[in-house]
Amino acid sequence: MNKTDVLIIGAGPTGLFCAHQLGIIGLSCEIVDNLDKAGGQCIELYPDKPIYDIPAIPECTGEKLTNNLLQQIKPFKVKFHLNERVEQLKKIENRWHIKTSGGIEFDVAAIVIAGGVGSFEPRKFSIKECEKFEGSSLFYSIKDKSIFKDKTISIFGGGDSALDWAIELSNTSKVNLIHRRDGFSGVEASVQKVKELNDQGKLNLFTKYQIDSLSGDKKIDSIKIKHDDGEIKEIKSDYVLGFFGLIMQLGPILDWGLNINKKIIEVNTENFETNINGIFAIGDICSYPGKLKLILSGFHEGALAARGCFKYARPDEKLRFEFTTTSKAAQERLGIKK
Amino acid sequence: MPKIIYNTHDKKTHAIDVQNGLTVMEGAVQNDIPGIDADCGGGMACATCHVYVNEEWLDKLPTKEDGEEDMLDMAFEPKSNSRLSCQITVSDELDGLVVNIPSKQS
Repeated sequence: MNKTDVLIIGAGPTGLFCAHQLGIIGLSCEIVDNLDKAGGQCIELYPDKPIYDIPAIPECTGEKLTNNLLQQIKPFKVKFHLNERVEQLKKIENRWHIKTSGGIEFDVAAIVIAGGVGSFEPRKFSIKECEKFEGSSLFYSIKDKSIFKDKTISIFGGGDSALDWAIELSNTSKVNLIHRRDGFSGVEASVQKVKELNDQGKLNLFTKYQIDSLSGDKKIDSIKIKHDDGEIKEIKSDYVLGFFGLIMQLGPILDWGLNINKKIIEVNTENFETNINGIFAIGDICSYPGKLKLILSGFHEGALAARGCFKYARPDEKLRFEFTTTSKAAQERLGIKK
Repeated sequence: MPKIIYNTHDKKTHAIDVQNGLTVMEGAVQNDIPGIDADCGGGMACATCHVYVNEEWLDKLPTKEDGEEDMLDMAFEPKSNSRLSCQITVSDELDGLVVNIPSKQS
């Protein structure tokens, strides 16, 4: 059981800055995120794209912003739990108990949901029978590549994940790479490599094809793919891999009893608390009259939610407002030596 | 004001007046047309505002910017008439544009 003052759900810019604000007022926190790294949408959707509306920073990329925020919260030694999704929530006396997908448990005084538009999950095939094979012979990510040795693998997608795995697996497996158009979104060098391997007969490339159906009993035996012009081809396949990027899903938070409307959580604007005492929501996931989905708004919301957490974490203490420029306590927490 | 016709998956037709300068995505979101999620808010980063454009309108639309086709790879059942509605800005020339919203976005 991890006991801390506040659990932050989501390691995007808003969650990271909220951790800073909690640290400044002397509260501890830990952060859970379903991705394998901090940064949220900034790192997953637009790491290289510039952002122009962070106050006092004329231009920076999503990656740079994330790194700066991580730098800024370093003094607080915040513990991250990545690749974890929050699942269960229980109120035990005045504390919240939360359990993640990986079985990690938390005991906290307050929760800040900074979950963006939800946790990132792999985008899946649209045909129904795929569910039957998911996890046994159909995958959206690869954990153990050794199972593919000497097998026939059909890979769908045109981005870097699809191309990289097609190239890598073509060394030890028979690979079909299937993509809906001639163009690819992956890096040019990989596209060239795939075309070379196709010319050498080390990989079969099918473009302008999409999945049509799967067949097999417990495992996939063969798949049918359909060309833009309607032609259907059947190919033998032991495994199917789909790499269509990530989508955001709200997941189990939907069942926590929060006021949720169109995937966003209603909060007050005094401290961004939800309809449930001790649970706050900030950033893109929260909604209130006049809400702007800007990173700077998320920072503001995080600062106020952090103060809102104080009364749950330190019910017998009074929070004094202080500036970091002059507060000895804040500077000590930041580890500043004079 | 130009009218945009949104055909939703439940076989309903919504004819909506959308102000010039807004995107077809914004027109849908502001008028609660079901099926346009627009998770990323118009940043061409999520493919959840994907629509099928009626053939006769395809060549009247602004050409796809770099990246839109890449993003459409991620869309739910993309076809040759697929577009991201956040990339179509409404103007008088698009009065009467018909878009069809897929059964789901993910």
